[in-house]
Amino acid sequence: MNKESERNTSYWKTNLKIISWLMIVWFLCSFGFGIIFSDTLDQFRIGGFKLGFWFAQQGSIYIFILLVFVYVYLMNKLDKNYSETEEKD
Amino acid sequence: MEVQQLTYLFVGLSFAVYIGIAIWSRAESTNDFYVAGKGVHPIANGMATAADWMSAASFLSMAGLIAFLGKDGSVYLMGWTGGYVLLALFLAPYLRKFGKFTVPDFIGERYYSSFARKVAVLCLIFISFTYIAGQMRGVGIVFSRFLEVDINTGVIIGMGIVFFYAVLGGMKGITYTQVAQYCVLIFAYLVPAIFISILMTGNPIPQLGFGSTLVDSPVYLLDKLDQVTVDLGFNEYTQNSKSVIDVFCITAALMFGTAGLPHVIVRFFTVPTVADARKSAGYALIFIALLYTTAPAVSAFARMNLIDSIQDKEYSSAPSWFKNWEEIGLIAWKDKNSDGVIRYSSGDAVKGRPVYDTERGKSGERKLLNTPDLTNENEVYIDRDIIVLANPEIAELPGWVIALVAAGGLAAALSTAAGLLLVISSSISHDLLKKTYLPKITERQELFFARISAAVAIAIAGLFGIYPPAFVAQVVAFAFGLAAATFFPALFMGIFSKRLNKEGAIAGMLVGLIFTATYIIYFKFLYVDLNTSENWFMSISPEGIGFVGMILNFVVAILVSSATKPPPQEVLDMVEMIRKPE
Repeated sequence: MNKESERNTSYWKTNLKIISWLMIVWFLCSFGFGIIFSDTLDQFRIGGFKLGFWFAQQGSIYIFILLVFVYVYLMNKLDKNYSETEEKD
Repeated sequence: MEVQQLTYLFVGLSFAVYIGIAIWSRAESTNDFYVAGKGVHPIANGMATAADWMSAASFLSMAGLIAFLGKDGSVYLMGWTGGYVLLALFLAPYLRKFGKFTVPDFIGERYYSSFARKVAVLCLIFISFTYIAGQMRGVGIVFSRFLEVDINTGVIIGMGIVFFYAVLGGMKGITYTQVAQYCVLIFAYLVPAIFISILMTGNPIPQLGFGSTLVDSPVYLLDKLDQVTVDLGFNEYTQNSKSVIDVFCITAALMFGTAGLPHVIVRFFTVPTVADARKSAGYALIFIALLYTTAPAVSAFARMNLIDSIQDKEYSSAPSWFKNWEEIGLIAWKDKNSDGVIRYSSGDAVKGRPVYDTERGKSGERKLLNTPDLTNENEVYIDRDIIVLANPEIAELPGWVIALVAAGGLAAALSTAAGLLLVISSSISHDLLKKTYLPKITERQELFFARISAAVAIAIAGLFGIYPPAFVAQVVAFAFGLAAATFFPALFMGIFSKRLNKEGAIAGMLVGLIFTATYIIYFKFLYVDLNTSENWFMSISPEGIGFVGMILNFVVAILVSSATKPPPQEVLDMVEMIRKPE
């Protein structure tokens, strides 16, 4: 029982760490590049887009998709890890 | 074939498919009716979520809105997609693990209080009906413009279809019709966008096309658009005109509101496992992004085309779409200098929404009774909702594309309406009846009550369509603001904090609800004249105030919780259970 609650705590802590990193990226690419620093980024261009405008209307959305799938991948790995240590005990 | 016959054909075919699916997927139990038996494949659920989420507003109104707002319109693009990251990371997997039927269900059990459950039901019903009113307007517009039937007849036909598959199939019927509706709506959105992108820039991918040069010149489309909008006295297309703090708060309110919307959350109750819930949120976001990354391209193309095709044209030689929409009452022209030439620039053409005289004007236009606004030279009134529907006509695309867009608009409106009706009916039959007032009813009786409440909710939604409340546009801010200020903190802390108790959660929800509702009612209904940035709290508009309401909710909930008793052991065990992998 004690081992199990230890394993649960470490699972939850890793989960929180993954979430925190992903949320930092989430904030940077939308509120950061798309809003707060958007005008500054506008002096750079990709093709016909000003960079800040591109983040606000395109780039942030692509990064959102990426973030969710990175989370899916990392959590599946963590889940597998969890059930393997469970079997060992 | 004529456009109208084609439209009848496409709309008729898509309706036949929806009805066929409804018959095939009847609900046999409450489990089927509320959560589709928890057997929906994550990809199918992703499509259903996308259709559930993308409403008449996303399909019909959003690109038009962005076309006129330019960079300010980014709040909708980021706000309505970024919320899915929050859903996938903070809510969907845990609420699926919890494994019950509705959102108030979770709130009621996590906060061990039937009062908390009732507050949640109240918020849910308010948010959902607000939303449905908007769908009905979309159905009405499509029917009256393309099928030339009376708006009321259109609404009744639409309601009949939804009634059929929602009452018969519950969540199961709704899920599989939504999959079909997603296919119809995304095809209908992409085809004209690709056509127009090729016509204007030679690039078949709209997402790249609107960053390319125009076919007949070496100038980038967006640079040309910046120049033209500035020349006509508008705000520069790729620049914000709203303040940074306001853009920030509106985006945040839309994101957290999205993550807190019950009809979206409940979709993740229908997949088999927790891992599927996470994956499904990712698929949903891909399917949504397909439309949301195309929309800003459509906006830029539409703005450019619109200016090109009417600016400085004589009314007598104006394109036919201009006159068609004028007949419906969504375009108006006031010839201020009586020269017979259309002049389009910034500012209002007339004061208020157009009111037409029975007579015709000098050039054959519908004469207006409104006083002209003589502080500017603009002579054109354009309702932003028509941009997506008119776009294929403006770009002179073939008739079948126009017919397709009509079918897509209906698919978007009906799929969202059905999802909303379901959460309303299940919160009544499950949360109010079974869990609160009539705990003794059997499962068969509960299923019967679920069907009855779905039928009643459809009838009320139909009435909203036939007698549209005048405040539809204003209440959209309400739905998202309230979802952000009430549901998101209660759900988030219910999972991520063990210390948050009943007193804290209820106090937080009520403070968030009252603060946000008061602010919006004050500026949107009571003192509309004061609704300018100088009078706003920290220059945050009513659209963005839900974010402040959410922060207040968090603060109050934590303070009240720390001053009162911690939750009982069985609740702590429950939180422990939903955090653990399966």
